[in-house]
Amino acid sequence: MADLRNNFVGIKSPNPFWLASAPPTDKAYNVERAFKAGWGGVVWKTLGEEGPPVVNVNGPRYGAIYGADRRLLGLNNIELITDRSLQINLREMKQVKMNWPDRALIASIMVPCEEEAWKAILPLVEETGADGIELNFGCPHGMSERGMGAAVGQVPEYIEMVVRWCKQYTRMPVITKLTPNITDVRKPARAAKAGGTDAVSLINTINSIVSVDLDLFAPNPTVAGKGTHGGYCGPAVKPIALNMVAEIARDPQTHGLPISGIGGVTTWRDAAEFLALGAGNVQVCTAAMTYGFKIVEEMISGLGNWMDDKGHANLEAITGRAVRNVTDWQYLDLNYVAKARINQDLCISCGRCHIACEDTSHQAIMKEKDGKRHFEVMDDECVGCNLCVNVCPVDDCITLEAMAPGTVDERTGRIVTGEYANWTTHPNNPAAKAAEPAE
Amino acid sequence: MAQGDVKQGIVSGRLAPNQYADNFSDLHPPLDRHEAIVEADRCYFCYDAPCMNACPTTIDIPMFIREIATGNGMGAAETIFEQNILGGMCARVCPTEQLCEEACVREEAEGKPVRIGLLQRYATDMAMADNRQFFERAASTGKTIAVVGAGPAGLAAAHRLAVKGHEVTIYDSRPKAGGLNEYGIASYKSTDQFAQAEVDYVTAIGGINIINGKTFGQDFTLQQLQERYDAVFLGMGLGGVNALRAENEDAEGVANAVDFIAELRQAGDLSGLPIGRRVVVIGGGMTAVDAAVQSKLLGAEEVNIVYRRGKEQMSASEFEQDLAAAKGVTIRHWMAPRRVVSEGGRVTGVELAYTAMVDGQLRETGETLVLAADQVFKAIGQTLNSDGGALELAGGKIAVDEFGRTSVSGVWAGGDCATGGDDLTVTAVAEGRDAAEHIHAALLAT
Repeated sequence: MADLRNNFVGIKSPNPFWLASAPPTDKAYNVERAFKAGWGGVVWKTLGEEGPPVVNVNGPRYGAIYGADRRLLGLNNIELITDRSLQINLREMKQVKMNWPDRALIASIMVPCEEEAWKAILPLVEETGADGIELNFGCPHGMSERGMGAAVGQVPEYIEMVVRWCKQYTRMPVITKLTPNITDVRKPARAAKAGGTDAVSLINTINSIVSVDLDLFAPNPTVAGKGTHGGYCGPAVKPIALNMVAEIARDPQTHGLPISGIGGVTTWRDAAEFLALGAGNVQVCTAAMTYGFKIVEEMISGLGNWMDDKGHANLEAITGRAVRNVTDWQYLDLNYVAKARINQDLCISCGRCHIACEDTSHQAIMKEKDGKRHFEVMDDECVGCNLCVNVCPVDDCITLEAMAPGTVDERTGRIVTGEYANWTTHPNNPAAKAAEPAE
Repeated sequence: MAQGDVKQGIVSGRLAPNQYADNFSDLHPPLDRHEAIVEADRCYFCYDAPCMNACPTTIDIPMFIREIATGNGMGAAETIFEQNILGGMCARVCPTEQLCEEACVREEAEGKPVRIGLLQRYATDMAMADNRQFFERAASTGKTIAVVGAGPAGLAAAHRLAVKGHEVTIYDSRPKAGGLNEYGIASYKSTDQFAQAEVDYVTAIGGINIINGKTFGQDFTLQQLQERYDAVFLGMGLGGVNALRAENEDAEGVANAVDFIAELRQAGDLSGLPIGRRVVVIGGGMTAVDAAVQSKLLGAEEVNIVYRRGKEQMSASEFEQDLAAAKGVTIRHWMAPRRVVSEGGRVTGVELAYTAMVDGQLRETGETLVLAADQVFKAIGQTLNSDGGALELAGGKIAVDEFGRTSVSGVWAGGDCATGGDDLTVTAVAEGRDAAEHIHAALLAT
């Protein structure tokens, strides 16, 4: 059995599945249940500074979008940081860490952007025996209006400054949690690194209005007739998160910086994808909030079985394996030619490939042959765009096959060379021409 | 059957009083909102959808299912009714397993088609419960049309003609409109007086006057209709019943299955409806299955369907045959009735000859069997209750062309009484609707 033990910036946990800072980690009761269920670690729900705690709305805090059969695909929330007092949280954290010494316990923290505030809280957290801290620079609603959360995460200079304070006032490893509500995630990641962070975690939730109540004409969730933007999470945000993780993993300035991957992790496969793109472990929230803590069993079993199947002995063998294959568009091989192939034995003749191609793409799939309903790719029109593969409801019925070197692409009449050539040297690229030596 | 109840002969009250309602409740209970949305999500929204092409009325099935999935049930109902104003009844009685659901790509993919019939019922029930009408009549054309028969063909024709602005009078021989929907379908397929509700829904458009109790060829003639109206549509179905041509078929206890089915549908209290202890139904179609299953549901101890050919030749669908078997009916193939056995004029059994195909001909093998029976239902097909008069017939039905035109100018026909179609409600609707379109075009041209 593959070794799933995780060592993330020196924080050890029996598996790479942590619960993200959120309602599931708000108090000892939940966290104890999570550890019993098998979670490797938790990031305790964000602590605020000492004094009267924040208050939450007393109406709906969540909104959702669904797929078939009310399958929850996306969730947004307008909940704030913990609304329990700092002292109660610290007391419970200490007790839980004592009860579960082999699990990771991280404290998420959000206090005002002032040195004294951070200097005050860090020793209190350290005293609990927590394994590390996560700086909540991501929360996009409520707290950001008060100059915290995403309001900090959107200003690289603030990130660097706060990280520096934290590194100065605590010996605990510092994980900087990044907001996706920016244009280029590399900038805040570089800032965190410059400040001396041990790791980054991402993504926090995305600014969102999940739906509009068409009777009230108000956003959901609606509180007494009004709504506000919330933080979007769940399976729907995974692609955005994967890209941001990859951007940081392959950026020369941050390459090698440990990443805790967050954003729509629902199954072992999602976790494996985050690891492949450079994450050292993953954090989960929406999946647990949808199905309960038990899902971690499937994640552990699935990841382990896949690793056994593929011969990956431990997590280090996977982490970052796909990073070198993430590149800029300009370096993609323009001499690679693929054509769609429809497996006629699997085809159920729904015709969706045809109508998608006919109406919206390249008119490359015929709808009848010899007077009969029949769907087949016409190579002289097919650009290999993959849309038919994506819209086909049958697994593996349509596949994209690479053309072998030496064969002729019927669409262009050109022989497939098999030689790599990209846009930087393409004759249609004005920049490429300009780049030629002017002798 | 109530425990220990083995009353001989044809008697009523074989079941405990509360069993009747259970036995004759909806065969396929309707989908609730969540079930409908989950089922609608299964539809792939196929291009040039096979289900749509398999529907005799060409309902845009993927579109109405998509409308259900998006919470637009009224839009779904409109999509259905545009093509088939009797979409509510068709949702209940269509042999979907031979039509849309057989063609569904999910049938090919996983053997589990989208339950199109139930989804159609969901949408049409919603609109009918709200009495939402989707059609407005065009300005009056001043033309009048006689429709004979208030069954599916006649109602579909009348509705489409009314939409076009014509005035329609429907003549029907029965006391109630609806035709076979009211009189000829097993009770568990159309509960809660649905056929009457549908007649009311269809005629709510206005411009349709139904005159009951008037029989074609008896109370009026085709010539009279032609003189009084600008056009005539014949949709009176098949009023006659084929004879067994077996000895002694007039014995007491031998009846037509269609009469039994009609009587059952019209009975207010099923516990008062007599049924035999041992029932034999002769025939291989839907009518035979409806009669046999309902005999069993009324408490008959033993019910046999006897059919002179094999399973494959039965016109009852496989679903219907399985339903019969599930309800405890025995289907005996390759047996032909020779003689009704009786005592004192009352039936006591049916003598059957074993049959086989010999050189492409159905032959009796010489072996016989007597099945005990105190009630026998004949379900071997219906016939046109008319010699046609001036109308040209083909195969015992009124000959029509692709537009529903008969051999007599100004007279159209459709449904079971006319050639073409499969003797299904849905084909009758299609024929009535299409004939109406052609009548409209013909009247405008004059």
